[in-house]
Amino acid sequence: MAVNVTDRQRSAYIAAQAADARVNVELEAEGMTLNIGPQHPATHGTLRIVVRLDGEQVLWAEPVAGYMHRGYEKLTEVRTYPQITTLVNRIDWLGSFCNEVPFILAAEKLMDVEAPPRAQWIRCILFELGRIANLILFLGDMGVQLGALTPVFFAFRDREHVLNLIESATGGRFHPNFDRIGGLKEDFPKGWIDETKGVLKKVVGFCDEIETLLMGNEIFERRTRGIGVIPPHVAMEYGLSGANARASGIDFDLRRDEASPLPWDKCDFKVWTHPDGDSFARYWVRLQEVRESAKIVRQLLEGIPSGAIQAKVPRIIKVPAGEAWVHTENPLGEMGYYVVSQGGLGPFRCKIRTPSFSNVSITPWLLRGVFVPDVITILASLYFILGDIDR
Amino acid sequence: MTLATVPYWGQTLIKVLLVLIAVPTATALIVQTFLFKVMAHMQSRLGPMEAGPHGSLQLMADGGKFLQKELIAPARADKKVFVLAPVIVLISTFMLYVVIPIGPGAIGEDLDTGIFFALAVSSLSVIGILAAGWASANKFSLIGGLRAAGQLIAYELPLVLAVVGVVMMAGTLSLQGIIHAQTHFHLFGTDLVAPFALPQFVGFVLFLIAAQAELTQTPFDMPIAESELVAGYQTEYSGLLFLFFYIGEFGTAFGLSAIAATLFLGGWWVPFYHPTGLWGDLFGFGVLFAKTMGIAFLIFWIRFTYPRFREDQLQAFAWKVLIPVALVNVLATAVFKVVIG
Repeated sequence: MAVNVTDRQRSAYIAAQAADARVNVELEAEGMTLNIGPQHPATHGTLRIVVRLDGEQVLWAEPVAGYMHRGYEKLTEVRTYPQITTLVNRIDWLGSFCNEVPFILAAEKLMDVEAPPRAQWIRCILFELGRIANLILFLGDMGVQLGALTPVFFAFRDREHVLNLIESATGGRFHPNFDRIGGLKEDFPKGWIDETKGVLKKVVGFCDEIETLLMGNEIFERRTRGIGVIPPHVAMEYGLSGANARASGIDFDLRRDEASPLPWDKCDFKVWTHPDGDSFARYWVRLQEVRESAKIVRQLLEGIPSGAIQAKVPRIIKVPAGEAWVHTENPLGEMGYYVVSQGGLGPFRCKIRTPSFSNVSITPWLLRGVFVPDVITILASLYFILGDIDR
Repeated sequence: MTLATVPYWGQTLIKVLLVLIAVPTATALIVQTFLFKVMAHMQSRLGPMEAGPHGSLQLMADGGKFLQKELIAPARADKKVFVLAPVIVLISTFMLYVVIPIGPGAIGEDLDTGIFFALAVSSLSVIGILAAGWASANKFSLIGGLRAAGQLIAYELPLVLAVVGVVMMAGTLSLQGIIHAQTHFHLFGTDLVAPFALPQFVGFVLFLIAAQAELTQTPFDMPIAESELVAGYQTEYSGLLFLFFYIGEFGTAFGLSAIAATLFLGGWWVPFYHPTGLWGDLFGFGVLFAKTMGIAFLIFWIRFTYPRFREDQLQAFAWKVLIPVALVNVLATAVFKVVIG
């Protein structure tokens, strides 16, 4: 039977059908789909996690990245090498200087240039200060995710000292843009080294404070122990790195295991691991890492060589054709740059391996069966930074 | 002219007006003192500093802001229930203030079942919270509302059982009667007059913990849990309706602190100085206020320091720890009452 319907009637019918379908889905399906994010207080950025809930228990979870994609990999192809540090600063924005180092090292490797020793030591000091600034915020932020408001303010207070140091040395608090091919922009200002020693004491004091204030808390232990356990083999399968892998008992740290132009091999530090692999272990490992970083910086300050900070490089930097892969142990884990050059002013292609992207990829496996409050605990303890996921 | 010469409707009108003034004032005091200033100084920051000297007028600015804001209800919300829910919460707070004695002769209504009334009306708010969670048509609100309902019901029991010990010692449910009983209570048969916080110390601690949970303050703030549920049942509220929830939360915080001060610390009474008449009432008000702020400080101090429990841990803590301890406390109180008299 042919019925004449107007477009208006047809679209009204479709809308009604769609509304019906929506209601049916809500009624029939087991559980409820909850969108955590993209705008949610716990995701500190714009990560979206779709979770299917049965009551408060998670049936499955799926992270959706890409809301903060800024296209840095593509942009590197239309920038010259010196310009790219500005871009990569914004990948892991809490430890910005650490992003510049592996890229510059990769470019130096292609050009066969080596920065003078003093430049390498200053790079290493700033790298570790970046790690401290980054991880201090994690130590406080974990408290906020678990409902304790006060630790994060202490974290901000003490991170400020470290950021002031980075600012006085590089001119930028968050985005130093300080590393150059073949060296650095400037030497340390006068009195910087003494000031740094004072700040390192404050950093260690903060670690002691947070250990008694938050980590020693009974509720904190109950909320984190045994939550989000990652066995070592699963951690390896998902490509976890950094503190997340070390908290699962994988003794892996690029600072110690890989030869680098940066003078980590001249320092005496311990790579902490934890056998448990739960949220508590991840917190504990990062806390120890801040202490170790402070130790490294102190040792480097003692033995810093004098000399030039810039090797001789041509005024217009042209990188010869070739490929280079350099990775370092960044605050969040292993970060690497695969730079392909065809002899131009900029790279032909630059692939950026960021730690957070791999670290977050484990969430579908890890979040299955946990409760909603634990979702937040686990996400906080995995410690991702959105700029580091989306680039 | 005393209040007794005023006709009944006039008395009632005055009392209603007083309560209507008291609740927002108490809320303002609590928020300004603890949430703005004490919290800020504990966290090594300054808090609001711009409005008035040391930021003392910040609340005026905030209140003005809330009043100006548009009331937005989600498109799929149940509009009537959505608007009504915060009002229910607010009413329960206002009714709590009616029975709090502020002086030897100053009390909204000296009911024979004063403490029973107070606990009954304070648990009314759960209806409002559940309604808010359901009517918001928001999944975060719904989870928050259900969590709140489960939590408030679970912690109602230790709250009541903690009070039972006091009531058995005083032999009355009237709040004025409980204060009078404390003025005549002698510790272990000695001449030492002591408030019930000493003999009922376990009850006091239980009451504070349960009050913390009833007020949904950290470590029991699962229903709000801003890091996971955005703002729980308050997520969709804005403007005046949000202000109602706010007054409900912090007004009740002051009210429950005042009740704790009355039950365990002797309310308006202090040893060695017993003024009467109008001065007595004013002095009593000052004493009660000081004790209340002391207890409120405890509650907020814990709030700023602790992480929060998970929902199942929270329930386990109520049912496996607090309620058994409270029952043992009631039993022990009964035994002592019979043995010592």
